[in-house]
Amino acid sequence: MAWTREQLAERAAKELQDGFYVNLGIGIPTLVANYIPEGMTVTFQSENGMLGMGPFPYDDEVDPDLINAGKQTVTALPETSFFSSSDSFAMIRGGHIDLTILGAMEVAENGDIANWMIPGKLVKGMGGAMDLVAGVRRVVVVMEHANKHGESKVLKACTLPLTGTRVVNLIISTLGVFEVKPDGSGLILTELAPDVTLDDIAQLTQATYEVRLK
Amino acid sequence: MANGGSKVWPDIKTALDGLLFDNMTIMSGGFGLCGIPENLIAALRDSGVKGLTVISNNAGVDGFGLGQLLTTRQIRKMISSYVGENKEFERQFLAGELELEFNPQGTLAERIRAGGAGIPGFYTATGVGTVVAEGKEIKRFGDRDYVLETGLVADLSIVKAWKGDERGNLIFRKTARNFNPMMATAGKVCVAEVEEIVPVGSLDPDTIHTPGIYVDRLVLGTFEKRIEQRTVRQRETEN
Repeated sequence: MAWTREQLAERAAKELQDGFYVNLGIGIPTLVANYIPEGMTVTFQSENGMLGMGPFPYDDEVDPDLINAGKQTVTALPETSFFSSSDSFAMIRGGHIDLTILGAMEVAENGDIANWMIPGKLVKGMGGAMDLVAGVRRVVVVMEHANKHGESKVLKACTLPLTGTRVVNLIISTLGVFEVKPDGSGLILTELAPDVTLDDIAQLTQATYEVRLK
Repeated sequence: MANGGSKVWPDIKTALDGLLFDNMTIMSGGFGLCGIPENLIAALRDSGVKGLTVISNNAGVDGFGLGQLLTTRQIRKMISSYVGENKEFERQFLAGELELEFNPQGTLAERIRAGGAGIPGFYTATGVGTVVAEGKEIKRFGDRDYVLETGLVADLSIVKAWKGDERGNLIFRKTARNFNPMMATAGKVCVAEVEEIVPVGSLDPDTIHTPGIYVDRLVLGTFEKRIEQRTVRQRETEN
């Protein structure tokens, strides 16, 4: 059975390490904050200019000057700092953020990612996604493995306009976990979602991969 | 600089007097609706200036922020990173009535910072191998390719700060800082609207975010501070 949104987030949370500075994308990645392992200190960065992002506010704490990159109201923590957008992206581009977890429409076996634009549909913009994939030390993607027509989203080459080239380190799809080989030569399947078989993966994966289940 | 060095302008209505002309380029601070110069945007609307190129991370929402200038068709072109919250924007763009240049958010921030700092261009890995890099110079440093991006300047920047003193020193509040400090540096003229104007000497110099040299006019605003995504949690009931 494929992983649900919550299970994807829970699995992605295993990529967190104590002391990490992390930027979470919008959607499923945001849920990762609910699964921080006990006793682990993780600091979340929000690219609109905040390090140390707290939970959503109680109704009487809402502050219009305090939002996350998804424009949602949030709270600060004792360790929080605020800064400008250029400082924020210096942090990102300069390789100071340990991990980013992002959604994707497509990924390719060489680590290419497409997650911002579908030609012919309305384009909202890439926001900070291109900077994050180019600058953050480790890029983890959480995504649906295939679309509703059974067409793979884990591809030999992306068909959609790219967000970044050879930037993805790990793919957590609804069916399993794939490492991207550093030389860009393909993927390594390391985990299967519960009751997903190697045949299921074979049918729904266009990318080249080898199997080294952990 | 008349008026004993004071940069304080009497009201929003006159704060842009003599600064506006058709087809000009304006930088407008804010992220989403957070930290936008909502008073000066309304003043731009009322001025009727048109053919604007607006550099802003987002384009407001329908009827608020920069969305108002879209309704009135005063904007010819937007340079932004994300414009997803605006139906009128969508309509004008799809109808070919509005030009749009997408920049990655960090590239946009750095282009503005560079422009204000007298740096005409810089190389970044962001966007290499994507449509963003098409037609731009690529240069290899070490084992990685970087794309040449240019600095951005504007005829006018409008920014929003929390407090300002009479000499234009500014302090921002929480995530309402965002693009405002860089934009203050990159406009030929910068007009800042603030929630509170304080006497010189009452801001701790160590805490000033934007030194007054960058600010030409300072004006007191009144703020709605509309929230785009009011997201709250419930207090757990205590047993």
